[in-house]
Amino acid sequence: MSQPEEHQQHQAISYGRYILIWFGLIALTGATVTFAGMNLGRWIIITALSIASIKSMLVLNIFMHLKFEDRIFRIFVVVAVATLLIFISLTFFDYAFH
Amino acid sequence: MTTTAMEHSHRDDVGSRMGLWLFLFSELILFGGMFIIYAVYRFKHPEEFRLAASELDSFIGTLNTIILLTSSLTVAMSITAIQRDKKYFSMALVVTTLILALAFLVNKYFEWAHKISLGIYPQSPDLVNKPQGEILYFGLYYVMTGLHALHVIIGMVVLAVMVVFIANGKINQHTFVRLEAGGLYWHLVDIIWIFLFPLFYLIQ
Repeated sequence: MSQPEEHQQHQAISYGRYILIWFGLIALTGATVTFAGMNLGRWIIITALSIASIKSMLVLNIFMHLKFEDRIFRIFVVVAVATLLIFISLTFFDYAFH
Repeated sequence: MTTTAMEHSHRDDVGSRMGLWLFLFSELILFGGMFIIYAVYRFKHPEEFRLAASELDSFIGTLNTIILLTSSLTVAMSITAIQRDKKYFSMALVVTTLILALAFLVNKYFEWAHKISLGIYPQSPDLVNKPQGEILYFGLYYVMTGLHALHVIIGMVVLAVMVVFIANGKINQHTFVRLEAGGLYWHLVDIIWIFLFPLFYLIQ
């Protein structure tokens, strides 16, 4: 059976690559727990959110195949996340200067 | 045979995946609204949030993070398996995801049950006497982890249907966009937890 739509499908990503990413995610989880145990004061929220963002990037790019999709998918994701960040920052400006 | 030919001529895998991504953005805004509420209240009550967070068990949170990350791995691998025509391995991987999801919910159950036994639940006499910031923290904790758990349950139903589809051949080596869609939803649930975990368990 011929598959004219074959180009719409991704190449299979190797198990090894997925497992490598999983190791990375577990290591980053260990890192964020370790940092939380230290007395970082107000830096804790910044390190925690930075590590969570890196973990999300790994999940988005590899597990969710964003890296292998058409560019338009990445543009969509950037626009969606930017919209959310604008909502958050505008709300914060409102509260900070109330 | 004709129906198969029809299906193929009308297939648009990229369009299907894009549709699912658009749905995921609506989920992002749903949870995003709650993250904004969390951020503002935390900004207003930093000390009380820290105090309340110290009452959560970060061990169980870490364990659930590892469980959910592993479940994302197995569902991602199931797509590779089906692409390589390893039908039963693919099914085994999705079933493993379901087992891990169940383990996540069992942990969540014990966690909530423990909190409730300590008298910490919305409108409980113990909680309403606490400072405003702690009431808000636990309100957000129950709503956000509860909505997340609801997504875990929905994801489990979706993935259970995928197991049936793989079994009866509706998902196969050439046609697996449904499994990809189910996987995308599952990974989103994982990403939301990636943010919930540090915000509720690790900010002490």
